[in-house]
Amino acid sequence: MKKQIGLLYSLPQIVWLFVFFAAPLCIIIAYSFLKKGLYGGVEPQFSVEAYTAMANPNILLVTWRTLKMSVIATALTILIALPCGYSIARSKNQAIRLFLVIVPFWTNFLVRIYAWIAILGNEGFLNDILRALHLTTESVQFLYNQTAVILVLVYMYLPYAILPLFSTIDKFDFTLLDAARDLGASRFQSYLRVLLPNIKSGLVTAGLFTFVPIFGAYAVPLLVGGKDSYMLGNIIADQLTKTRNWPLASSISMTVTVLTTGLVFFIAMRKPREQEQVFDADPAFMQTASAGKR
Amino acid sequence: MKGADVDILGVSKFFGSFQALQKVSLSISKGEFFSLLGPSGCGKTTVLRLIGGFEDPDGGSIAIEGKNVVGLPPDKRHCNTVFQSYALFPHLSVFENVAFPLRIRKTPQQLVREKVMHYLSLVQLEMHVNKKPSQLSGGQRQRVAIARALINEPSILLLDEPLSALDAKLRQHMLMELDAIHDKVGITFIYVTHDQQEALSVSDRIAVMNMGEVLQIGTPRQIYENPATEFVARFIGETNVFNLKIVSIDGIKIYGETDGLGPMFVDDETDARPGETVLATIRPEKIRISTDIPNTSGGRINILHGYVAEPIYSGFQTKYVVQLDTGVMVTVYRQHANWSEGIPDIEWKDEVYLSFSAADMVIVEMRGQ
Repeated sequence: MKKQIGLLYSLPQIVWLFVFFAAPLCIIIAYSFLKKGLYGGVEPQFSVEAYTAMANPNILLVTWRTLKMSVIATALTILIALPCGYSIARSKNQAIRLFLVIVPFWTNFLVRIYAWIAILGNEGFLNDILRALHLTTESVQFLYNQTAVILVLVYMYLPYAILPLFSTIDKFDFTLLDAARDLGASRFQSYLRVLLPNIKSGLVTAGLFTFVPIFGAYAVPLLVGGKDSYMLGNIIADQLTKTRNWPLASSISMTVTVLTTGLVFFIAMRKPREQEQVFDADPAFMQTASAGKR
Repeated sequence: MKGADVDILGVSKFFGSFQALQKVSLSISKGEFFSLLGPSGCGKTTVLRLIGGFEDPDGGSIAIEGKNVVGLPPDKRHCNTVFQSYALFPHLSVFENVAFPLRIRKTPQQLVREKVMHYLSLVQLEMHVNKKPSQLSGGQRQRVAIARALINEPSILLLDEPLSALDAKLRQHMLMELDAIHDKVGITFIYVTHDQQEALSVSDRIAVMNMGEVLQIGTPRQIYENPATEFVARFIGETNVFNLKIVSIDGIKIYGETDGLGPMFVDDETDARPGETVLATIRPEKIRISTDIPNTSGGRINILHGYVAEPIYSGFQTKYVVQLDTGVMVTVYRQHANWSEGIPDIEWKDEVYLSFSAADMVIVEMRGQ
């Protein structure tokens, strides 16, 4: 009886997910196995051409580059977010600091990217300062390369890493660090050997929350990237709008989805490494166990 | 003697504007089982954290083995701590928890095994090496924490209310084990507790603290039988306190008037002069309760009269709260050991006489409330 009520509660969500997530996903899967239409769209004819076309060296290169840039950006994000989350968790005015982390969300995503263009551009804020300090006479080219893309990606997804890290570190028992210091560990060793293993779940969540969206990034490489920083998201968009190869766009989308979902599942399903249990020869336990058998 | 001595001299500590310690001075000798006793917030844990190196004093000095340790981080001090919450590493097994200090020092695996098993057998936990702390009972976690703190062979073991999370029976048992471990390893134990029974039963010496001040340092017997201040007298056990206006002093023989209770004899040393008022105390177990008028010949005996307002039976003794004719309440313990004495049971609303010797009374200071 209880179970049925639970199902009823989740019905709106199920309907929502089906209409706006599962159904479009099915359409993309279907498109990826169809023949491409002459002027965009698809022909109702089965074909695996879209998947074989992915073996194109250009697409493979971009896939490899996307993977590399995502890993670097995720690693940097976590490296910055970790001390940040730690200091928020240990501070007395957590609410204000958390609020400051969330403030950027009030501004539109695109506006924030353009803000970076205003900062890094040839006539931008940073170059103005450099010129004013007479460090350079020519403009320094900061934009339209991989570094700019990674910088802006890190900026964009930093809050997504800080928040889960904060919430895990907030639950961490800081006397464990005292204990580690007491037992002879240096400050660095106490973080490495006691803090990090105990906030693993937060690190994993922060990693997923940043890696997955960065892997599918589109707007950031489009606006602040150059030829060397084209990512899979841009290729998909190009195939859809310029080359008008809808099946190929669908098959690349599917590949991205399968890869990221696979990663999430792999991490979620992975059992925490349990040490093997040695037989516990507690006499009291043995007695109750054998008494239970009789 | 193994262990190290600790000298704390005039140490003060502030947390913001709150003064946690006011010029605390303590001298703890090698191998001693020394307790810091006081109510919560009295500063006893702060003293421990100062010795451990988790806090720095705002004034005064701390020396271990004659060497100033102020500013030295915890990992550079020869003391280890058993934390109140045990602070076991949840991601490590019992074995690895105890091995942690050795792993930090990159001890060879063979030696790690030997030492860990040695200290786990000291606390009788050899059976549980592969368990995680979450799979252990409170008492077992306690033992892991002790083994882990001892494996570095510190010269001082700091124990921060280590038994407070255990139930009463287990607490008694672990206390005796701690005492046995102290005898075995022979190092200095500094034990923080708010439980006067714990402190009295295992300590060589006790420092009683309140509001950031050390009120008295002494053996358990000195502290109980000769409390220095009213706070110490009331905090350690139970006591009855009277305001005594001194009429005459002859050596230690004091004669005075109490508020509405009439004259009283007290044998104790005091700096007060006739005409001044002091606090005189008497322990409840040192008062005799009877329904007949007691015989006072040949001694300086005080006698009070009243009725039993509340008898509280607790097996081995009965606690009587007696309301005197003047309205003052006095607490008396009567042990149920003397079957041969054959005194009739004293019950609720019985009229009784209370008698106690002047020699059992102690004059205390009004300091440290």
